[in-house]
Amino acid sequence: MSTEISDALVVPSKHAHTGKGLGTGNPADAFVIEPPRKRTAKTPRRTRTNFEMLAWLFMRLSGVVLVVLILGHLLIMLVLDGGVSKIGFAFVAGRWASPFWQGWDLLMLWLAMLHGANGMRQVINDYAEKDSTRLWLKGLMGTATVFTVLLGTLVIFTFDPNI
Amino acid sequence: MSTPTVEHSAALDAAEAGGIQLITVTFRIRRFNPEEHPDPVWVDYQLTLDPKERVLDALNKIKWEQDGTLTYRRSCAHGICGSDAMRINGRNRLACKTLIKDVNPEKPITIEAIKGLTVLKDLVVDMDPFFQAYKDVMPFLITKGNEPTRERLQSAEDRERFDDTTKCILCAACTSSCPVFWNDGQYFGPAAIVNAHRFIFDSRDEGAEQRLEILNDREGVWRCRTTFNCSEACPRGIEVTKAIQEVKRALVTRRF
Repeated sequence: MSTEISDALVVPSKHAHTGKGLGTGNPADAFVIEPPRKRTAKTPRRTRTNFEMLAWLFMRLSGVVLVVLILGHLLIMLVLDGGVSKIGFAFVAGRWASPFWQGWDLLMLWLAMLHGANGMRQVINDYAEKDSTRLWLKGLMGTATVFTVLLGTLVIFTFDPNI
Repeated sequence: MSTPTVEHSAALDAAEAGGIQLITVTFRIRRFNPEEHPDPVWVDYQLTLDPKERVLDALNKIKWEQDGTLTYRRSCAHGICGSDAMRINGRNRLACKTLIKDVNPEKPITIEAIKGLTVLKDLVVDMDPFFQAYKDVMPFLITKGNEPTRERLQSAEDRERFDDTTKCILCAACTSSCPVFWNDGQYFGPAAIVNAHRFIFDSRDEGAEQRLEILNDREGVWRCRTTFNCSEACPRGIEVTKAIQEVKRALVTRRF
């Protein structure tokens, strides 16, 4: 039986110690690394709404619709009828003369933006550890989303080909 | 009738000489003792043993023969108590169910504590947040009305409905393999949802609505991203992700 122990290799930990400890009174506790947002007996029930469920359902349903909308969009824009070279002011003006394409683009804009924003919300929830960081990031993202959606909607509805 | 007997030590000698091929394996264990050093340390131990032994046997050998300060949890040593879940070669497994020959003994075998829970010492983690999530889903039979004088009967089909999730041993291998849990310790985690599933789909239980309402929370089932880490980690082979998806479906359709 070999009992050789190689030299200990000291690995500096990547995480900062919180220094808060576990409250056991042992000073060494200051070095233990606690996971973010630990569940305790005092962890409150956060919500009583179906928001998370609706958001989850929206992601699935909008995803299915977006596959059709976006693939159709890419096909028309890049492949059919001369491909990308045909795209110009006149081409866009011609398409938006029809309520069908207006509706298509409007639906695509809303679904893609909300789908993406909800995905980003999940990412922020995952990676932002501090409540204040999370609030700021979500605020910024929400503002950007609302701005883009409203601006796009405005353009689709007020587009004037004789500009 | 006489049974042929073989001298015990002679049999062992023969086995060591011929049958069993002993090999030398390096175990690289991530050790942490906050009373000695604030940072965790990888320590290598070399052992000569039978590759058909388990990782737990190797840990025991290290603790008993080389370094008594090595700290880890184990009780039954047969995959039932769920004490010795640890990260072996980067995957959550039970040390008592993992044979050394199955984790590539040619290279150093790395052993760490499970992730996402506070490491207290070496391979021992603070399981309180894990069991808190378990308690929060009310893992006990909830019924209305008077207690029956006989046992609560259930058909074989009704029992089959939640059979998979009754296998859970609460070892935390699934929850501590979940990337959502790593980033957000308030997420209930796969193990708590599996144990909620066990009662939600039990025909004798009448607390399903309450449990579903608890899991409808912001930190509930909707945080699951179907990474399948939990199903892969489960030493009992529970289809954890499937169970979580069934709870989601029950929440959407309100049929269970």
